[in-house]
Amino acid sequence: MDLFKDIFSAFWVGGVICVIGQILIDKTKLQPGRILVLYVCLGCILGAVGIYKPIVDYAGAGATVPLTGFGYNLAKGVMEEIDSSGFLGIFTGGLKAAAGGISGAVVFSWLAAVIFEPKGK
Amino acid sequence: MDSSQYKKQYEKQKEYDKMVKMASPNSPIFMDCVKAFVTGGLICAFGQILKNYFSSMGLSQDDTGLAVSLILIAIAVLLTGLGWFGKIGKFCGAGTVVPITGFANSVASPAIEFKKEGWVFGLGAKMFQVADPVIVYGTTTSVAVGIIYYIVGLVR
Amino acid sequence: MAKRIGKHTAVLDKPIYIISAASTAGKKEGEGPLGKLFDNVFQDDMYGEKSWEMAESKIVKDNFSLALKKAGLEETDLCISGDLLNQDSASTFGIRDMNIPFLGIYGACSTFGEALGLGSALVDGGFAETVLAGASSHFCAAEKQYRAPLGMGNQRPQTTTWTVTGDGAVILSSRKKIGAPIITEVLTGEAVDMGVKDANNMGAAMAPAAAELMTAYFRETGREPNYFDVIATGDLGYVGKTLLIELLAAEGYYLGNNYTDCGIEIFDKDSQDTHSGGSGCACSALVFTAMFYKKLCEGKIKRMLFMPTGALMSPTTSQQGESIPSIAHGVVIESR
Repeated sequence: MDLFKDIFSAFWVGGVICVIGQILIDKTKLQPGRILVLYVCLGCILGAVGIYKPIVDYAGAGATVPLTGFGYNLAKGVMEEIDSSGFLGIFTGGLKAAAGGISGAVVFSWLAAVIFEPKGK
Repeated sequence: MDSSQYKKQYEKQKEYDKMVKMASPNSPIFMDCVKAFVTGGLICAFGQILKNYFSSMGLSQDDTGLAVSLILIAIAVLLTGLGWFGKIGKFCGAGTVVPITGFANSVASPAIEFKKEGWVFGLGAKMFQVADPVIVYGTTTSVAVGIIYYIVGLVR
Repeated sequence: MAKRIGKHTAVLDKPIYIISAASTAGKKEGEGPLGKLFDNVFQDDMYGEKSWEMAESKIVKDNFSLALKKAGLEETDLCISGDLLNQDSASTFGIRDMNIPFLGIYGACSTFGEALGLGSALVDGGFAETVLAGASSHFCAAEKQYRAPLGMGNQRPQTTTWTVTGDGAVILSSRKKIGAPIITEVLTGEAVDMGVKDANNMGAAMAPAAAELMTAYFRETGREPNYFDVIATGDLGYVGKTLLIELLAAEGYYLGNNYTDCGIEIFDKDSQDTHSGGSGCACSALVFTAMFYKKLCEGKIKRMLFMPTGALMSPTTSQQGESIPSIAHGVVIESR
């Protein structure tokens, strides 16, 4: 039953985070690119002040899969790095935590560009 | 134009703006939200299934999160390459934009499209055309957070 | 010599015959309400080329050749053409093998109207006996340049229009051809900016330009909208059409059933998911060459006011937060 509960909380929290984005897109005419920036910065700040962690603990992937989770990871990474290696951690912690996702996006996208041709709509 | 003409022009524009708002249909926001909730929720739920699977395999919490992200990124990039993500994203709206899939899609689509302008200055230079701001502002915010955290740590 | 009768209107001295018209349209346009009327419909976005940009150039070239062939000509004295791509590249690359003296123009989606007006004036003034006038656009190439990469999974707001893929071209001539419609008047618009900044609502940005030119024309000539069998604007779409009707009504001119917009004619918005309608240089060019031209030749339309409209922004000006100046160019066409 634990698995079901995990999935359900991920579903509804993730869904709500997406709905907020949808309202922003429809109401403010913000382009999706701006939504992404907003979400990452918001996640980072909420992570830093300790609001986002309880959401992650409750919703799991529901909070880490949306881009706010990416921002949360940056904040978490930078704080952990400062704890372990001091001042220079300010500059390394964030991107270290994001390295896997960015490298993945770069390499997969590069491969996709090699394999696929652009398509119309 | 002198200032009274400017003012007249401004009034005319304001009035026209009202007419435009009346004439322009709005996005079907309720249905958009329902779709975004269900599809965004399902992506996260799928992420959760992967997460539980990986942690049952004994991966650490950080590694689990990374593995889930990488799989979702790979799927989104593949769907972009096949030309399906556009149609899926049109239906899902924020449901696919907000999860990490939206980030992956925004890297893959310029990469594929701009390879026509060459491997280096096309694909290479323009891959992050849309997603770069995410990295720029994400990194900057994380450094700002780090500085504050460091100073707070010193004071304590 | 032509006679200028007002700030915006010039009456041509000689009858300028439109001796042929050619249309080449993309797949989506071919599936639309006018699908059967186009001379050529192609299925592949790339048109057998390496890129969308080169595809558009090839379409330009093929359609120009078709227009010449239909007129029974090898070449014309001049070619006037334009498109949406940077540096007018679809036209210039399309024309580069054709050995015709070339004037590239940019009027955004009003380009076809500008080409017809300029071409008629040059023929009237004796600078050329025959002029090839055309305009093209390509959905994929335009999206790539003006908006986001096509693979992006975005929703399009309800006010957006869909850039038409294809090319429309006509040949203007001072030599009489029985049954060919003639251009009698040329209307030149001014850039009008009513402060609309939303690049996803170009109909709203362009409607004031069309309203300004139409009002000026009716004032300068003393005519009323019902003087024409058909009044057709370029690509205002549903949003812009509504606004134009309101704007003209405020000036005391009432557009009736004789008014339509090419952006509304070219797609079926319910089955083709094109929201506010079609747009792009090819929108008015294709609707004119495929539909109105034939009706003019058959005498079903005796007199029409054809007025393509264009939104003159660039991605740079939009990013800098500037509003969208717009323009309209018209011609009066009659069948005799």
